[in-house]
Amino acid sequence: MGLIHEIDYGTPASKSEKQVTLTVDGFEVTVAEGTSIMRASMEAGIAIPKLCATDMVDAFGSCRLCLVEIEGRNGTPSSCTTPVMPGMVVKTQTSRLKDIRRGVMELYISDHPLDCLTCAANGDCELQDMAGAVGLRDVRYGYEGENHVRAKADGAENFRWMPKDESNPYFTYDPSKCIVCSRCVRACEEVQGTFALTIEGRGFGSRVSPGMHQPFMESECVSCGACVQACPTATLTEKSVIAIGQPEHSVVTTCAYCGVGCSFKAEMRGDELVRMVPWKDGKANRGHSCVKGRFAYGYATHKDRILNPMVREKVTDPWREVSWDEAFSHIASEFRRIQYQYGKNAIGGITSSRCTNEETYLVQKLIRQGFRNNNVDTCARVCHSPTGYGLGQTYGTSAGTQDFDSVEEADVIMVIGANPSAGHPVFASRMKKRIRQGAKLIVLDPRETETVNSVHARADFHLPLKPGTNVAVVTALAHVIVTEGLFDEKFIRERCDWSEFEDWAAFVAEPRNSPEEIEKLCGVPAEKIRGAARLYARGGNGAIYYGLGVTEHSQGSTTVMAIANLAMATGNIGRRGVGVNPLRGQNNVQGSCDMGSFPHELPGYRHVTGDAVRDIYEALWNVKLDTEPGLRIPNMLDAAVEGTFRGIYIQGEDILQSDPDTKHVAAGLAAMECVVVHDLFLNETANYAHVFLPGSTFLEKDGTFTNAERRINRVRKVMAPKNGYADWEVTQLLAQAMGLDWNYAHPSEIMDEVAKTTPSFANVSYALLEQKGSVQWPCNEQAPDGTPIMHVGGFVRGRGKFIRTEYVATDEKTGPRFPLLLTTGRILSQYNVGAQTRRTANVLWHAEDRLEIHPHDAEQRGIRDGDWIKLQSRAGETALRALVTERVAAGVVYTTFHHPDTQANVITTDYSDWATNCPEYKVTAVQVSPSNGPSQWQEDYEEQASQSRRIEGRLEAAE
Amino acid sequence: MQHAGTDVAERATVIVHDLMELEGPLLPILHSIQHEFGYVPSETLPVIAEALNLSNAEVHGVVTFYHDYRSHPAGRHVLKICQAEACQSMGSDHVAAKIKQLLGIGFHETTRDGAVTLEPVYCLGLCACAPAAMLDGEPIGRLNDEALEEISAAVRL
Repeated sequence: MGLIHEIDYGTPASKSEKQVTLTVDGFEVTVAEGTSIMRASMEAGIAIPKLCATDMVDAFGSCRLCLVEIEGRNGTPSSCTTPVMPGMVVKTQTSRLKDIRRGVMELYISDHPLDCLTCAANGDCELQDMAGAVGLRDVRYGYEGENHVRAKADGAENFRWMPKDESNPYFTYDPSKCIVCSRCVRACEEVQGTFALTIEGRGFGSRVSPGMHQPFMESECVSCGACVQACPTATLTEKSVIAIGQPEHSVVTTCAYCGVGCSFKAEMRGDELVRMVPWKDGKANRGHSCVKGRFAYGYATHKDRILNPMVREKVTDPWREVSWDEAFSHIASEFRRIQYQYGKNAIGGITSSRCTNEETYLVQKLIRQGFRNNNVDTCARVCHSPTGYGLGQTYGTSAGTQDFDSVEEADVIMVIGANPSAGHPVFASRMKKRIRQGAKLIVLDPRETETVNSVHARADFHLPLKPGTNVAVVTALAHVIVTEGLFDEKFIRERCDWSEFEDWAAFVAEPRNSPEEIEKLCGVPAEKIRGAARLYARGGNGAIYYGLGVTEHSQGSTTVMAIANLAMATGNIGRRGVGVNPLRGQNNVQGSCDMGSFPHELPGYRHVTGDAVRDIYEALWNVKLDTEPGLRIPNMLDAAVEGTFRGIYIQGEDILQSDPDTKHVAAGLAAMECVVVHDLFLNETANYAHVFLPGSTFLEKDGTFTNAERRINRVRKVMAPKNGYADWEVTQLLAQAMGLDWNYAHPSEIMDEVAKTTPSFANVSYALLEQKGSVQWPCNEQAPDGTPIMHVGGFVRGRGKFIRTEYVATDEKTGPRFPLLLTTGRILSQYNVGAQTRRTANVLWHAEDRLEIHPHDAEQRGIRDGDWIKLQSRAGETALRALVTERVAAGVVYTTFHHPDTQANVITTDYSDWATNCPEYKVTAVQVSPSNGPSQWQEDYEEQASQSRRIEGRLEAAE
Repeated sequence: MQHAGTDVAERATVIVHDLMELEGPLLPILHSIQHEFGYVPSETLPVIAEALNLSNAEVHGVVTFYHDYRSHPAGRHVLKICQAEACQSMGSDHVAAKIKQLLGIGFHETTRDGAVTLEPVYCLGLCACAPAAMLDGEPIGRLNDEALEEISAAVRL
């Protein structure tokens, strides 16, 4: 296998289409205009020595190692900063250049430690390589003069020396090894966009400084790892490399955290993972990463991982470890018994957005073919189901319209109900880069998030709307666009139904939808709404990105349609730089929806009532499929409480923690007779499980994930499953135990079945993915290489459909008992329910969930920053600590849901989206009052959880 | 010169808001802050960064790049001795040694009574009158021992 070596071209690629031919060392090279000599030379296969240049950041020209001679020009210009010209004749190696380079290296090495053999970068050090490349044999200056290398000089303290900063849990900063090439500073600025690093001082005193000469952890650093990747020496080094040593082989795979779907090289030594390095050819991330994907993989080997199947009669019993065979036959006989006793529809299953497409496909197939019903649902129910519905109705597909590269051509970016800086950090970095180039930003969010207020990328318009008023505000934007004549009539006439547009336009133009009227509901000044609408409609390419702040409302589907209307009305669909893009939460939530995880849809979003579609599967699977849509998650729980639903197979989802109204979920689970949880850890749902099947991590299996841009990325196995089986194998063994004739030898065979039966995946195969790296569906005969941009030239459904979006206030209203509105969100370092990130050092950034409350509301209630408070809604109460901040408006409180002991979903209610049942997480009327500590519910829950996690013959499992 | 932290931040906020509409406002703001406080208090950096939509690190980088921005209060007087090439050729090494001895401090130090801070400077544009110095913004040329003794006595008054 060996390590995958990526070529570093030294400077970024030029986007020019004009070609230029020059000669480098006698070889002719043709490159795009604007390319640097360094890059052109590398493309010809000639590596010019360099230290401060790397192709992730712009040329800087500080190291003076990459000098070249150009015929007809004086001096020795740096090749990184000199663009190519037609007919240029470049020499990269002359005796003059050799002398200069050796002299430069002598100076570098005179202030660098000579501990190469014991250095962590040994084998991966560009300084070492360059010393070799220029033939450095001696350092005439010696090493005794002023230096940054030794702690003491002549017995006295060396004030220039700085100790190693080990404050970050994942990497170290050793200033004594720094050559001040500024690559880390530039990576932080240009790639990540955080600007947490700088060069302090000047001349020989120059040093890299996190923040204001602070340790990394106290600075503005978000630990994305871009600086570590950029560092050419051991100055910034992963602690895992220090502990283990250099990797010897690597495998390209896809991150299993958010819906951005970053490509990484998993760098291995044997079967030990040394580090995850973002892959430059990854089309979603283009070589960038965030703290989760880059560093937070330690959960894969965490001691809490359960590696053996377990069974118990009652949930009050301790767990009993059993063989796989025993576990499978127990489940099979229980499920068959329940179906015999309570009917065919008394069991069901939940697919996982964390698992691969192939695994998801198998779980829904097990349910449809094996259970003979359609009782399958997935966690998209609680996140983006309104996206599927809303975009399906208006455009004809249930997915985002663009690829992530498209943001590079957006002129106005509108972010609605999303905080990409925390939730989708790599996309946020790409978006901020575009904003720094001059694109405008509009943010609709009740909170002043990191996205609203980030360095060099501040929002031009922040509309801090009251939670629950999305539809009203988006309709008001449309009102301005229609009444001020800012719509794109040509686009609408060509691609949409004009009479539907007229009907919609008449609706939005009604005075009750004007910003001045809506201001009274949403609290956003009318002028801001007007300004934002004008900017979006007339600012050039307008791109909308939205998140769960749109969907997780009682009118989630309506908001999605309102957004779709807005883009159609302004002609912002069907080309690069525009579009409507849901930022999907989980790595494979797009894929799990595509694979037929919904109770009413077979793979490819085809309704179960369609005879033609069922025929395809009935012929292949040799069964008669149920023609009725099955139960959604909330319906399964309701049915369980009623006594008609008795058994469930849950793969990789923690519904007890992530679904709304925890008490209802708990009651539903408690009423079932056979709950099978298939997960890495004894999650909260497992407290109510009768069978536990250990799961495998993304590092332990082959498969594919589909990200938010419909991109199908390969997941590759880098180590054997610690639990013995990849998740797809577990589902297959369970199906076999239930008498199904499944014989998949590899996930590629599952994908072949998907391709054979699903038109939008017809051309997808592992061979194609191997060849292309990744493809975006639809990938079929019409689009053999996939579809980066949807609706080019026309909408998938034919004509774009304008739909009236009447605002209906949620029933969840504030009143004297519950005067505040609670909304929820997440934070950069933690992921979702935290099952993974809480088992890594990421807890150093976010050890507990806090309730953000405005100083005015806090003072009224006598609450100080850090105090324990009681948070109450009509559904329940919990306790957590307060964080007093002006980031939330008065009347609004906010919390994250990453920690199970917080139980934020005890508070959330059972209200949900009218079309899809997506729960209304983002609006709950609450009261906040001082408290002494955890609530009775939290204490009871903790007691029940620790009882439930006991395993026979083992000491108490500690959470 | 000692103020409570909140007071420093408040005064800095006023300065920042007065000047932030200038083109390239960072250096004028830092000058004005140094004028107000006698140095650039570190707690003012986040205030500036927030207002100008910069990171703390960027402001720190700029402040530390320029020798003239102080991280600590200076003495009542500031004496800068030129150490650039022309003055060196005219004996500025001796001038520096002499004044250090007279004041009992080295470069970048302040006398214990807070009377004077001694600093090197690299060219005052007074090469024709080398060796040269600058006392509280006033240039002084053709330094000799006598002049240095006078300066030393004057700053202690």
